[in-house]
Parts: sequence; structure tokens; C-alpha cells
Amino acid sequence: MNQTLSPSRRAYDLGARTLLYLSAALTCGLLVCLIGYICFRGIPGISWSFLTTAASVLRGTVGIFPAIVNTLYVIVVSLVVALPLGVGAAIYLTEYASNRRLVEVIEFATETLAGIPSIIYALVGNVIFCVSLRLEKTLIAGSLTLVIMVLPTIIRTTQESLKTVPQSYREGSLGLGSGKWHMIRTVVLPSSIDGIVTGCILAVGRIVGESAILMYTVSMSTGMQDFSTIENFMKSSGATLTVALYVYAKENAEFAVAFSIATILLALTILINLTASLAGKKLKR
Amino acid sequence: MQVLFLVCGLIAVAFVLLITVYLILSGIPAIREVGLIDFLFGETWSAKNNQFGILAMILTSIYGTAGAIVIGVPIGFFTAVFLAKVAPPKVAAVIRPMVNLLAGIPSVVYGLVGMIVLVPWIRVTFDLSAGDSLLAAIIVLAVMILPSIISVSETALQAVPKEYEEGSLALGATELETYFRISVPAAKSGIAAAVVLGIGRAIGEAMAIIMVAGNVANMPSLFSSVRFLTTGIAIEMNYAEVGSLQRNALYSIGLVLFLFIMLINVLLNVVLKREKED
Amino acid sequence: MEEPTILKAEGLDLFYGEHQALKSISMDIPEHEITALIGPSGCGKSTFLKTINRMNDLVPGVTIKGKMTYHGQDIYSPSLDVTWLRKRIGMVFQKPNPFPMSIYDNVAYGPRTHGVRSKKKLDEIVEQSLRSAAIWDEVKDRLKKSALSLSGGQQQRLCIARALAVEPDVLLMDEATSALDPISTSKIEDLSAELKKNYTIVMVTHNMQQAARIADKTAFFLLGELVEFNDTVQMFSKPRDKRTEDYITGRFG
Repeated sequence: MNQTLSPSRRAYDLGARTLLYLSAALTCGLLVCLIGYICFRGIPGISWSFLTTAASVLRGTVGIFPAIVNTLYVIVVSLVVALPLGVGAAIYLTEYASNRRLVEVIEFATETLAGIPSIIYALVGNVIFCVSLRLEKTLIAGSLTLVIMVLPTIIRTTQESLKTVPQSYREGSLGLGSGKWHMIRTVVLPSSIDGIVTGCILAVGRIVGESAILMYTVSMSTGMQDFSTIENFMKSSGATLTVALYVYAKENAEFAVAFSIATILLALTILINLTASLAGKKLKR
Repeated sequence: MQVLFLVCGLIAVAFVLLITVYLILSGIPAIREVGLIDFLFGETWSAKNNQFGILAMILTSIYGTAGAIVIGVPIGFFTAVFLAKVAPPKVAAVIRPMVNLLAGIPSVVYGLVGMIVLVPWIRVTFDLSAGDSLLAAIIVLAVMILPSIISVSETALQAVPKEYEEGSLALGATELETYFRISVPAAKSGIAAAVVLGIGRAIGEAMAIIMVAGNVANMPSLFSSVRFLTTGIAIEMNYAEVGSLQRNALYSIGLVLFLFIMLINVLLNVVLKREKED
Repeated sequence: MEEPTILKAEGLDLFYGEHQALKSISMDIPEHEITALIGPSGCGKSTFLKTINRMNDLVPGVTIKGKMTYHGQDIYSPSLDVTWLRKRIGMVFQKPNPFPMSIYDNVAYGPRTHGVRSKKKLDEIVEQSLRSAAIWDEVKDRLKKSALSLSGGQQQRLCIARALAVEPDVLLMDEATSALDPISTSKIEDLSAELKKNYTIVMVTHNMQQAARIADKTAFFLLGELVEFNDTVQMFSKPRDKRTEDYITGRFG
């Protein structure tokens, strides 16, 4: 009786196992090298003044403060618009919708939006907001375009967390005679807040990483913007971190600055991923 | 209250319609002026000479995506099998966040590293005058689609019932034989969905490859400077005057790209529906 | 007439982490007979069954002490290949688990894995195995159809055919009828009685009547111990241990 694995099966086993380990090692190795290289090139250029000043040829400073401010601008404005819309849509889908067909249409639209590449958003955002609505290339036009992009993310995560709220909570509240909206406000939304927060964090991640949209709906100026009056606020326009990276790398050939920005973007990505997974874990509990 | 929420829900639908209508309305004029055949199958794109043929870009997008899939799918698939089946839980718990991080890194960062590391490497290795090429774009795209391929395939593999695997092991199959002959076929529609998703990602990416592909609208070959549909839009967007034929032709490229994406979405839905039925 | 021993456990201990699930089990399982393992849930009968084809190896944190031999060979010896052992000792699970592929491919999966390539040989094995599992007549016209289209009872017999296809000499059945209706159950019981001519069967069952109906020998497990192991007739008529008597008369369990 042959009690050992045949040579060909042993070879298959060994070969397959090697392939799996190699692929996983390659994936991880790639990431480690990527992070290592970016930090190696980028960290030396990061200093307090790099983060807190604007670039100035006169004073010979390189600073990315304007890009940081612009990034915060688009994050805040997009979320302020997208959050109510997205949460509202999710509430409609899980709490109110009775027409199966309509739900399918809305969900299909949401999926479609999620699959559209950002260069298309850039093109359409430019036509709609910058040209048709005469907003010109401004941070407002960029933020509004970003709203369309992050909407699916917010709708989907909110919808998922609304679904996890036990039906008994709803019945309990309605049984006490409260109206539907009151029930949603006092029972459903508070118990799904973690999911909404996760959705926001993921949306922030997408906004921070986005470049194409911002390159074609906002100007690429790296100078400091003036936000002093409402009018100026509406008209301000300048590069966010990703766009500034592109400008420094591709147009100015200032690679040290580009790598420093890349390092900051990397750090932000890690931070965002960590908070999202923490919020997600809390959600599971 | 209900009406308000209904409006929110309909906004997503409105956006899709708005995007579709705008793309069609602004994409048609240039196609009409150039002629559909000349537009789609013209080999030369030159705004200076008023020539707007996008065949080179279409082919570049197809070749580039295919190349990224050929490289990215095997690596991603094997990594997913490793994570779902072979890796000790502690190792998997370290690798998964790394894969998520890979997914979260902004495209311009990939573009930057590609431009500074990959492009010179290709120039030196293959003894070219410039390293900006289809090959560079393919490699960058392959890395960028890895995370979606890994996480979607892993989810599909995790969902394979344990009973199937036990049945195979009890017949005397080795663990690896079981994973590849039972688990992988059982997860095939999920894995197919991962590949389709990867295709969508690759064909839609613009900013990372604009930094490494050279952006000359040549007919694609591995070592030549090329322009994708996405980068074709991106590279001239900020220069083409509103109302000009060049500008309108960019919208037409957008329309073509949009049709590609919709086709992929339909494909994805078919695949996912089949998965649900399984 | 005593049949020769095919499986022999000697002082077998099994731990899930700290918890001891099997306590010094010693047992001689005879060839070409049906041995039933009975006892209340969590008594260790299933765990014991899974030590025979080393399926417990898959559970993290399991440690096994003592000895289990098959035809006199230590199955936990490092030189013994577990895939060979599982080829020789087949298993049928509680829930029918045909693979999501055709009926033919389900049965051919094992032989293919073990290196049978010839189409003719595979056809023979498939037919032979399906006949032995008393399901050939029901499926011969739809071998290319998905195995998942069969009824639960048919699926379970297909799983038996699948196990037989790799030519084992022991068949382990882990509550193989508990998920089935009475008619399917009786078909599988009849089949087992038929199969013991060529195979040794060890079965875990919840159902004492089933053990009484078809088993030649019965072992009663309680809290990880083997309380009593005897001829089925003996066990059900004159149990030696008080605890066995309590169990089979339905005082607990």
C-alpha cells in the first residue's frame, strides 16, 4: 500500500502554496516599499513652516498651508451638502419606501454613481457648475462636484447601519404613539450614528484622495486664498493637497515638495483608515 | 417629511440622468461635426490640424486595462486565496489593513512614485530614450486594481460553505487541492465580479497614468508614449476653449468612456445576479 | 464468531485547548460490522469519530494523546500521510454536502484527485459507486445535472457514493440520517446493512432505535468517557452499567 502523497500531487501542493505565499509577500512588499520610499524622500522636507506658510518666491519659502486650507474647505462644504442628502436618501430607502420598483431604481442609480470614474465627474462638473451655473472654477464648484461623487458612499453605509437597527425598536417607539419622523429621529438615527460616522470618514477619505475633479473644477493656484468675506469665500479657488502634489511634480518639477505632500497624504490615509475601522468595529458591536 | 426624504432619494437618480444627458448633449456635436466613423476609427488626434480621431486612445485604454488585468488579477487572486484560506488569523489581520491602505492611497501618489521610480527604471532597463510608456501605465494600474481584486475575491472565498471543504478533505484531497478545486470554483462568480470591478477601476483611472504614460496620442505599443481615453480628456481639458471643436471633442471622448463604464456596470450586475442565484 | 479488529483506540485523550473532550478511550472496532456510537449531545461521540480520519486536525487548538491504530498502524505517526488515511477511511457528514457541480463530477472528484485520469475508468468508478450507494437508477439519466438539484436523501446517498469512489474500507457516518425524512432514513439504513459486507461502518447516531436496528456493536459515550461497549443486543437487553441503562431507558438525554 502506497501511503505517501504521489510526487505529482506533492509538487502541486508545494507549487500552489509557494504561489500563494509569493503573491501575498509581493502585495505586502509593494506597500512597504512604497511607504518606505515616499517617507524617505518626503519626511526631510516636512517642517513646521512647511505646514503653516504659503509658497513664496519673494521670501524663498515653500509651504503648503493654502493647500491644507483648501482641502479642509472642500471636505467641509461637500459634507455639509452631501450628508443631509445621503442620510435622507438612506432614510427614505429603509424607512419610508413602499414601492419596490422605485427602491430598485434609486439603488441602481446609486450603484451607477459609484462606478463612474472621477474624470467623468470632472468633465460634467465643469460643464454644469463652472460653465452652466457660472460658478467659474472655484472651490465651491469643486465641492459641489465632490458631493455627487461621495453621495453613494454615504447612502450605502447609512443604509447598511439603518438596516441593523432591530425592528423591535421601531415597533416599540411607534407603539408608544410617536409619529414616524419622531421615531426615526429619536430611535433609529441615534442607534445608527456609528454607521453614519463611518460613511463620513470614508467620504473624507475619497475627498482627500481625489484629484481629477479638483483639477478641472477648481484652479490650480498654490497661493493663499482670501476667505475674509462671503463673496471672497464663494469665489476662492486653489489647489488642494493632491492637486498641489501634481503641480509640484508635473509642472514645477519640485519633487522634494511633491514627496513631502505625498507623505502627508499617506499619513492622512492611514489615519482615515484607522478611524474608519475603529468606527466600523464599534458598529459591529 | 416623507416627501423630503423622497426628494433626497431621487437626487441620486437625478444626478445619473443629469450626467447622462449632459454627456450626450455635449458629446454629440463634435461627433456630428467630425463624423462618427472618423471620430471612432480615426488614428490621428491633433487639435492643431483639426483632426479628432480617437482610435489610438480607445485601443490604449483597452490594451492598458487588459495588461493591468493580466498582471494584477493573478497576484490579487492568489493573495486573496492566501488571506481567505491559508494565512494564520494573526497574519491575515496584519495584511488586510495593508490591502485597505493600498486602496486608500491617492492616485497622484501612485503617479508620483511611478514617475520618479518606474519611468526611469523602464528607460534604463529597456534602453529607451524615454520611459514614459504604456508599460509604465500598465504596471501602475496593476498595483492600483490589486486591492479591489483582493478584497472582493476574499469576501467571495470566505463565503464558501465550510461543508464543501470538509467533504473534499475527507476524501483525501490536500488542503491546497481543496482550495483550488472546490473553494475557488464555488466562489467563481464573486471572483469574476472582482475582475470586472478591476476592469472598471483601470479603465476609469486618469491622474496616476497621466504622470507616467507620456500622453502622446500614438497607436499603442508597450514602449511608446500613449494617451488613454481618460488622459485624453485630462491633458487638454484646461487648454481647450469652451465652445471650440477641440473642447467638444473632449466631451465626446467622455461620452465614449461613459459608454464603456456603463457596459462594465451591466456586466457586473449580470455577474452579481448570477452569484445571488448560485 | 469474532471479526478481526480494524481500528483500535488505546488510552485516547483529546483536548480542545484546556477542555478535555475525550478521556482515555480504549476500543476495538471489528471489521465488516456496523459499530454505533451513542450518547447525549456533547458526550464526545462525534469527536471520537473525527479522530479516526483525523478531521480533528482541522480544529485549531486540538491536542491528542494516546494511540489510534488502523490495521495496526498508528494513524498519528508522522510518517503516515493523512490524505492516504482519509482515502482509506471515508466519511459521510450530518448535513448532505455534495459539491456545487454535476452528479458525475461529485463522484469523480475523489478518484480524479487521487490520479485517475482515464475517462473510461472514471465512468466505471462512477457507475459502480452510484450502484453501491443504491442511487444509480435514480440519477443515471441526469449525471450531468447539478448535484444540488437532488432531494436531501438523494444528496446523502450521493455523498456515500462519493466516499465509496475512492475505495475506502472504513466508512464513518456522522449522524448521516439526522437531517433526513423517515423514508430516506430507512433507505440509508438498508444501504448500510448492505455495505457492511464490503466495508466497516462506524456511525454516530442520536437515534437509539437506529442503533438497535442496524448496529452489530454499540458504544455508549458520556461526558467524554466510553461507558460501555458491547454487542448491540447485549447492550440494549442487559446493560452492564447503570448509566447506560438510564440512558437507553430514556431517563436522561
